[in-house]
Amino acid sequence: MPTVNPPAQIDPKLLEILVCPLTKASLEYDAEKQELISRPAKLAYPIRDGIPIMLPEEARSIEG
Amino acid sequence: MTAMSAPELFDYDLIRARQNRARLDGQSDDVLLPRVSEEMAERLAGVLRDFDNALDLGTPEPGLSGPLSALPRVNNIRRADRDLLNRDYVLPFAEGSLDLVASALALHWVEDLPGLLLQIRRALKPDGLFTAAVPGGDTLIELREAFSEAEADTAGGVSPRVIPFAGVRDLGSLLQRAGFALPVVDSEKITVRYGDIFGLFRDLRALGATNPLLARSKTPLRRETLARLAEIYQERFSDPDGRLRVTVEIVWMSGWVPHESQQKPLRPGSARHRLADALGTVEIPSGVKPS
Repeated sequence: MPTVNPPAQIDPKLLEILVCPLTKASLEYDAEKQELISRPAKLAYPIRDGIPIMLPEEARSIEG
Repeated sequence: MTAMSAPELFDYDLIRARQNRARLDGQSDDVLLPRVSEEMAERLAGVLRDFDNALDLGTPEPGLSGPLSALPRVNNIRRADRDLLNRDYVLPFAEGSLDLVASALALHWVEDLPGLLLQIRRALKPDGLFTAAVPGGDTLIELREAFSEAEADTAGGVSPRVIPFAGVRDLGSLLQRAGFALPVVDSEKITVRYGDIFGLFRDLRALGATNPLLARSKTPLRRETLARLAEIYQERFSDPDGRLRVTVEIVWMSGWVPHESQQKPLRPGSARHRLADALGTVEIPSGVKPS
């Protein structure tokens, strides 16, 4: 498993169609943390190896 | 739990653990998935519409993107991996954002299939296509029968050993209930042959597909039951050369999200030709008995 690669870029077209599974709100992309942020749900969904993990139980809870 | 929720059938933690183990072992020389994926590509090749945003929903490794990317009309194939193995799975796609949702050998793990189909229809654009290949009701039918008899003979009772697979008609009506237009369902049966019952068990294990039911018997399989199972299977479901037959039924289902360009039945009373003329006969008015 390579660990030093720069984070895989997420496809902008994918960002357009993904929504938060809990609130159906559109998502903000945090390139540095490699996360997709849902403001209404106060959750940050992780992106691992370029693959968004859209499961609420895998998401990090954030302050509004 | 509300009265409307689907019954809980599967032990999803167990399924995920087994699939992880199967992936690490890498022993699977499964012939079923490549065959089904190729056919999926062939069926889609005949559809004259561009699919710019496609989703592969839950197809096991290596997924559908290989065969589907060979189709010039299908682009941007995303993959929702094993998230389906989750009781509360919600499709994370915006309403009307996808042109195609395709799935091979995955939806039999979904407990609330009516709910998922509704979500798929919403995520698709008008005139978007949903197509799936699902193991059908006759899958492992020999094993189901032999197991229950062997257990009844040796353990004094029967426990569920093979998951319930949906029938062709059920899947067709589910498509309709979810609001898909022009629903089509068909089925094919594939017979796989094994030297003995352990060969079948080995393959099921390599697929991570051994009994995942919450209601499964928690006591280990008894030696007598296994011996009786092998005996019954050999007696009833073997070919003259002694090899065992295993049926796998694949149900193909597809439906379109309604759009005005699609063909529809005409409204009653809008006919422009008389049926009697077409049949070359004389119309008998209603209320008159034919003599």
